[in-house]
Amino acid sequence: MTDAVDLPVHLTPLTEAHRELGARLIEFGGWLMPVQYGSIIEEHRTVRERVGLFDLSHMGELYVEGPEAGQALNRALVSEPSALAIGRAQYSMICAADGGVIDDLIVYRLAETRFLVVANASNASVVSDALVERLDGFRAVLDDRSLATGLLAVQGPRSVEVLSPLTDIDLGALRYYAAEEGAVAGIPAVVARTGYTGEDGFEVFVDTDHTEALWDALLEAVRGAGGGPIGLGARDTLRLEAGMPLYGNELDRRTNPYEAGLGRVVKLGKEGDFVGRAALEKVARDGPARRLVGLIVEGRGIARHGHPVWSGDRRMGVVTSGTQSPTLGVPIAMAYVAPGDAEPGTVVDVEIRDARVPARVVALPFYRRDA
Amino acid sequence: MVPTDLRYTKDHEWVRVEGDAATIGITAYAADQLGDIVFVELPDPGRWLDQSAAFGVVESVKAVSDLFAPVSGDVTEANPDLGRNPELVNSDPYGAGWMIKVRVGDQAQVDGLLDAEAYDALIAAG
Repeated sequence: MTDAVDLPVHLTPLTEAHRELGARLIEFGGWLMPVQYGSIIEEHRTVRERVGLFDLSHMGELYVEGPEAGQALNRALVSEPSALAIGRAQYSMICAADGGVIDDLIVYRLAETRFLVVANASNASVVSDALVERLDGFRAVLDDRSLATGLLAVQGPRSVEVLSPLTDIDLGALRYYAAEEGAVAGIPAVVARTGYTGEDGFEVFVDTDHTEALWDALLEAVRGAGGGPIGLGARDTLRLEAGMPLYGNELDRRTNPYEAGLGRVVKLGKEGDFVGRAALEKVARDGPARRLVGLIVEGRGIARHGHPVWSGDRRMGVVTSGTQSPTLGVPIAMAYVAPGDAEPGTVVDVEIRDARVPARVVALPFYRRDA
Repeated sequence: MVPTDLRYTKDHEWVRVEGDAATIGITAYAADQLGDIVFVELPDPGRWLDQSAAFGVVESVKAVSDLFAPVSGDVTEANPDLGRNPELVNSDPYGAGWMIKVRVGDQAQVDGLLDAEAYDALIAAG
């Protein structure tokens, strides 16, 4: 086994703060990150019912700037960043020529000629390299600020209540998938109404030098609203209930966006070529070979990443993520199955250790907050 | 300090021996390391367990761990409450969170288990 201590691992500006809070730290995507401060289930409920604070400084922040930044991103990604209004964001993906997903991303348009692309920690350097290559020939440059940028998320129904008194940004006017530059606790920041929990909430980008001061201010405010710090363990159960894909589980280089149910993200109608277009047009025409579905396990056991899925005596799928849902109180999972088995209500079997356990296909997400 | 009336394994199971009956569970340290326990799979009564054989599974939100038989014996009982309330393993690992009872086949195996002091030293060493 590899000794994790010997690997080069990035520390966020908050590693010591997490230790002092009693966090259990693990290596994730090349970073030492808090997986939990106490009980994962309690942290999950704190976000669903009140508000929680996350350190997401491991995420990659890639700025693309220049008069042709929008066109360059149209060429590099499957979505159409040039169509974004200033201050708005879109979920996107960067694909290989064969249509396989290199990473899923959020693209923010901060100004006419300035975009922020947020990549997963484990893929940040790959995405950064791919963007440099794909920007070639356009009047646009990449500024990879991943190591210079902290990212904190405030998520949960009390997020507005927590953040409003600390910022000059009008949060009531900041729509879902919108972002604005301003100050939070007197610190220059970009505040975005985005998240990965299925709750209302904000993500706050800040320089590394100010990350700790911002964390302290936000933690105090979050605690005042009955919340606390939340680790990656609860982040995973929250996103799974919300039906959101995790790169490495639901998405990878061998998966295309249509299989993952994310065909809406691919803008085949946009002008010009983009990397992966021909392959993705074919998938859109022929239909995907497998589909991502939600499962509720109806027998005894919890479906986990890698467990085979059976339809009768045919092994025809695999579980990508699974856990006991803290909100629903039942085992939930996401899995790839054959298109013919993807209809909600279909019953399949998940192979859990040596047993076949029945599971029902359900529509995603498992959890949707009250609007 | 862990309870002094129990014996322990290096895999973090505990054993309470009363005559030839042994009650088996996992230690508070193990339960804490696993985190919130959400599923426990136990053998049916009547099954023979060899020492060190996997006899069940305990799952937390994040992780799956095998349970290993500290001693050989016949399973006489499996805790019926853990199906509905697996969190008892976290809240009361040495009491209501017990897992199985076995009729011990070989008393010498009990004598070979760790005592409280040795187990304490083991978890202190990490």
